[in-house]
Amino acid sequence: MTLVLDRLTVDLGGRRLVALDVTVAAGEVLTLMAPSGAGKSSALGAIIGTLGPEFTLSGRVLLNGQDVTALPTRLRRIGLLFQDDVLFPHLDVGGNLGFALPARTPDRKARIDDALAQAGLTGFAARDPATLSGGQRARVALMRCLLAEPRALLLDEPFSRLDAGLRDQTRRFVFDRARTLGLPVVLVTHDAQDAQAAGGRVLSPLGAPESPAPPAFAQ
Amino acid sequence: MIVALLPRLTLCLMAAPVLAGVGGTLFPALAGGGAGFRTLAAWPGLPRAAALSLGTGLASTALALLLCVTILAALHGTPAFDRLRRRLAPLLSVPHAAAALGLAFLIAPSGWIARALSPWATGWTAPPDLLILNDPFGVSLTLGLLAKELPFLLLVALSSINTAQAQRRMTTAATFGYGRVSGFLLTVLPDLYRQLRLPVYAVLAYAMTSVDMAMILGPTLPPTLSQQVVLWRMVPDLTQQTTAAAGAVLQLALVLAALALWRGVERLSRHALRLWATAGHRAAALDAPVRWIANVTASGLALALGLGLGALALWSVAADWRFPALLPATLDLRGWRVALPDVLPATATTLAIALAATLPALGLVLGCLEAETRHGLSATPRAMTLLYLPLLIPQVAFLPGLQTLALAIGAEGTWPAVALVHLTFVLPYVFLSLSQPYRSLDPRLTVTARALGLTENRIFARLRLPLLLAPILTALAIGMAVSIGQYLPTLLIGGGRVTTLTTEAVALSSGGNRRIIGAFALLQTLLPALAFGLALALPRLFWRNRRGVRP
Repeated sequence: MTLVLDRLTVDLGGRRLVALDVTVAAGEVLTLMAPSGAGKSSALGAIIGTLGPEFTLSGRVLLNGQDVTALPTRLRRIGLLFQDDVLFPHLDVGGNLGFALPARTPDRKARIDDALAQAGLTGFAARDPATLSGGQRARVALMRCLLAEPRALLLDEPFSRLDAGLRDQTRRFVFDRARTLGLPVVLVTHDAQDAQAAGGRVLSPLGAPESPAPPAFAQ
Repeated sequence: MIVALLPRLTLCLMAAPVLAGVGGTLFPALAGGGAGFRTLAAWPGLPRAAALSLGTGLASTALALLLCVTILAALHGTPAFDRLRRRLAPLLSVPHAAAALGLAFLIAPSGWIARALSPWATGWTAPPDLLILNDPFGVSLTLGLLAKELPFLLLVALSSINTAQAQRRMTTAATFGYGRVSGFLLTVLPDLYRQLRLPVYAVLAYAMTSVDMAMILGPTLPPTLSQQVVLWRMVPDLTQQTTAAAGAVLQLALVLAALALWRGVERLSRHALRLWATAGHRAAALDAPVRWIANVTASGLALALGLGLGALALWSVAADWRFPALLPATLDLRGWRVALPDVLPATATTLAIALAATLPALGLVLGCLEAETRHGLSATPRAMTLLYLPLLIPQVAFLPGLQTLALAIGAEGTWPAVALVHLTFVLPYVFLSLSQPYRSLDPRLTVTARALGLTENRIFARLRLPLLLAPILTALAIGMAVSIGQYLPTLLIGGGRVTTLTTEAVALSSGGNRRIIGAFALLQTLLPALAFGLALALPRLFWRNRRGVRP
């Protein structure tokens, strides 16, 4: 699977926020790095289809060669992980995973248990999400995202709420799963360590190459 | 220290009159070995009156909630929704009686709809002999209640919905392939409903027992149970009074039963939604029809209320308006001239009561919220239930008891006593509208002021009050609108001798003089509208040089 951003630009009130012309291959992680605010969320909105009417968009978003630029979010099949895990507090962990699993999947319970096992959370199906640790929540959120069988993955600073040790572990878990499934990944972050750990190309939302290491620690 | 005690004091002030009133109603009902219940049971209209109370109350509340959820699910977060919100907000200030009278002027056999279709489509040259108003099944009453309750529920929902969180959840659901409607129902509604629950219960209790709307739109033979209780109560005869008390107790039991039924259905729906979410049905096909229903019903209701008020205004200045004519042939101010000698004192009394009820309510609510902020208290679910008690217990179940009490201490028939009872109904609404803006005031401002050495009283007076000017004035306007619209408390505690625009409008409604009805109902609508207008205009004027505070 590949994700192509074909001369994708986003403007707001005459100001260019996003200018990207890039192909993300299966299993590759593209990092968009910028200080907070500057075009990152517009780039995400353009790829996922949630830009407001005040933005002007040109160019195309292609998934496996299919032009999805005009499709609503629900038909794009692009998975999204927010900074907050957005686990639904009124459903148990299994219910959260079931929510993402397509309705006609046979053996739903087995699929859910299997996903939990892959995340090292065997037997967690009946747990209240509020009782999970930050790392556990992040893994449930990723598994939920993957159960919906996305064709690409967008990560909106999903590690910034985790403390340092956990962040590294969770990051590796997410990138490994995406690589195994051959998903193109776009990571949006302001954190140079995230960018470095992703190990792929690092661009600014305006398409300029960025150094993944912060200047103070540049080798 | 005094501030810390205010929440308790306020809750006592809410609960005490309700409990005393229920006691004062129960006692005569049980006195004489339950003679009241025997005469009540012997009344042939009883089964139908009770069924009407249950039917109109449950139907209008369920429809109002369903439409509220439909509108939110289809339109929340879209530009169309902001337009709708601006259209609905003023409808909240329309008193129940005026809304009912407006609807009556619209749907009656001689009303605007019949005129618009006559004689070209219907062939009618005289008003048809149809029982559209006061229909025996309470359909027009249900519609009237729905038109008033839907804007209320929508505005409560809007003040409790966490927009950013709702947006994130709906986007997450959309990335899984869910539609707008299914995404809203499955991920936003469960949390939202928890905050809507008490207001919904209040709506249900009100809809089952409303007297003023039932008198204007409801069936007559028999009327709804609450209306019949008031009719018995107004007869100065001991047997009838005991029957009235027994009827009030039955009404209370009916409301409690309906609330229990509602809770049961609530649990089932919650369970059904959870099963749906876990099963993963995307149901994106729901979006288009639901959006259509939301648009049509919301615009339809806003249009009906708007046209109804227009009909009231036109009638108040109509000189010659024969049946099939769409507009009056000539206009004059005769209606207003006839009404004026009664209008002026009624307006003065209405305003005096509204201010005397709302200003103390506002003071108490500010005190409670201040106590929350200063002493880290929080409103527990139990406290919120107590606060809502005057809205959950039907008015006919405790006002007669309070009336007896007021009679005993010689306060019955005075406007301050009426204002004191209005306070009980005004306060929950003031709290509802003010608590959210108060709690969402940036806490860092307070911390900064404390660090600068300001006392808590100065922080309140110099920081919070001015910053919250707009929501405080809005709460004041809502409180005044609630007080101005009160019918039964004014009638009973006022002993029929305290005349407000509302009691006058309802009393006139059974007569046929549409010009005078129009004048009273219009004025009844204008007063709260004026209060809302001031609440919007004053902060803009006051903060014209401060962009960060301007609403």
